Amino acid sequence: MILEQFPFLVHSSPVLIVVVPLMFALMTPVIGLVRRDWTFPWMVLALILATLFSVTALQDVMANGVIHYRMGSWAPPWGIEYVIDHLNGLMLVLVSGTSLLVAVYGKKSVEQELPGREVYFRCIFLLQVTGFLGIVVTGDAFNLYVFLEIASIAGYALIAAGEDGAAFASFRYVIMGTVGACFYLLSVGYLYIVTGSLNMADLARLLPPLYGSKVVLTAFAFFMVGIAVKMALFPLHLWLPDAYTKAPSAVSALVAPLMTKVSIYVMIRIMFTVFQPSFSIEFLPVTQIMLVAGVIAIFAGALMALAQKDFKRMLCYIVVAEVGYMVGGVGLANTVALRGTVLHIANDVVMTAGLFAVAGIIAYKMREHNLSDFKDLFKRMPFTMAAFVVIALSIIGVPPTGGFFSKWYLIQGALEAGSWLFVAALLSSSLINIILFFRIFEIGYGFHGGHGHHSEEAGEAAVTREAPLSMLLPLIIAAAAIVILGFYNQALMGNIIQYAVPVL
Amino acid sequence: MEFVIAKYNYWIYIILMMIGFYAMIAKTNLVKKVIGMNIFQTAIILFYVSTAYKLGGATLPILTDAQAHGHEAVEVARVINPLPHVLMLTAIVVMVATLGVALAILIHIYRRYKTLNEDEILKVLK
Repeated sequence: MILEQFPFLVHSSPVLIVVVPLMFALMTPVIGLVRRDWTFPWMVLALILATLFSVTALQDVMANGVIHYRMGSWAPPWGIEYVIDHLNGLMLVLVSGTSLLVAVYGKKSVEQELPGREVYFRCIFLLQVTGFLGIVVTGDAFNLYVFLEIASIAGYALIAAGEDGAAFASFRYVIMGTVGACFYLLSVGYLYIVTGSLNMADLARLLPPLYGSKVVLTAFAFFMVGIAVKMALFPLHLWLPDAYTKAPSAVSALVAPLMTKVSIYVMIRIMFTVFQPSFSIEFLPVTQIMLVAGVIAIFAGALMALAQKDFKRMLCYIVVAEVGYMVGGVGLANTVALRGTVLHIANDVVMTAGLFAVAGIIAYKMREHNLSDFKDLFKRMPFTMAAFVVIALSIIGVPPTGGFFSKWYLIQGALEAGSWLFVAALLSSSLINIILFFRIFEIGYGFHGGHGHHSEEAGEAAVTREAPLSMLLPLIIAAAAIVILGFYNQALMGNIIQYAVPVL
Repeated sequence: MEFVIAKYNYWIYIILMMIGFYAMIAKTNLVKKVIGMNIFQTAIILFYVSTAYKLGGATLPILTDAQAHGHEAVEVARVINPLPHVLMLTAIVVMVATLGVALAILIHIYRRYKTLNEDEILKVLK
């Protein structure tokens, strides 16, 4: 790697991952004053640097083990510590890589949807990425709250910039998201009362003798509810469909894959690092509740996706179902399922970003995102639709795409745990996904509908052509990535995920 | 009764939080929802600050000259824990940012719908 020639940069990569996008975000409006077009390369440069630092950090973790970075050289329980292990190293690469792809992809669609407001969009976009990266990299419970709110507040602002009705959807998200974040803050407060520490590693050391304490139980309950709001677990998902449907295309493609997955990362981190697995699994029946909640979320998400006529809204409910996979996967409480969950996080980030990118391309061309707009699209946009088919097959779970392998691990875990309900939920939601996507393929190939109307649409069909390259290329990379994740799932599992989660 | 009095700071914060929560759920005026959200957050700030209290009359952790130059150590029991206050400074900033974004969104909503009543907006959206 290029960075290895600069030992200082490698040494401080954990903090630079956050500082670089933050500083670039704050400078964006200034750059925008000089020349508006310069903000785009500026944003891309920030995200390329963040991706480089993330990859460096992950390589460092794989070579030398867990990285601890002390902010201002203050020793851990007092100072803020950034910790990168295999789990958040992987998450960092996923977050920064996805946001880089979405940033490139979003250039055209932002110019169309938010004309004259690109500079502010890019500034808030970088702040949002800063929030995600910060949540992932930090080893301090209160610092995590701050980054959670940076990511959320940037998300509220970006979503509110969308089409008609987006502001109201965003307002609902503000109200629910704030309750979620406040519950997280309360949980940190309760943990602080009994331990006097905010550092995650320190909390993990101090907490075990206190597991019986009611304060710790309350903290855990507050945490689970708060983070469930943020990840849109089924009964608490109400803010998600409206917000992500009406957000600008580039925002949906950034927020939908990352916000929910980063929240699931936080859940895994708190359940298995701050609390011991013995507490999360044996002491309380949390995992059983999560399993049931996951199954309900899978069914509810899949069924509601069936009822949608709007493509983006359908994707939102698929996201709700996917959250169910991951929460249920953690709820199965065995090693195989937990590894499958982490693999599914990786796949799902790529898949969801790809699907929302397809929605964005269609919205860019058609100014709409209804399912009926897919008519004859295979003829008009062959590359977009080819990528769409690959990603759809991965959501369904067809080998050799990545989605198959993570579902395979999840099902193996479910069989090991003897949870037939989860197996049934996984398989039936895969079947429902087949219906969902083959319905779109059918419309896309123009198999149904009257034949007589085609002649008058011929003129319109000639107008809509393939998407611009800057939108197409990130989508094709996402489609290729999901196949590569499928082929190399063994390598990913053996080199990273195996060490990322505790052996239960 | 003793249970209530001994832990009165918790009771106050929970009552305040529930008042805010009620406003967020039940009020149809969006500004009232934002006010409820603010009460909700303020309750948590009061909770944090109250946890710094120590029995037996601890004071603010301000070291006078005599203490700073003298060689006697600062007695931990005599000063309150400053960390919750410092944390809440950050939380207040977060709260202000949330409030700002929420109000900006409300201005946007008002320009679009000419009302801030949730029911009327929902009628337009249908």
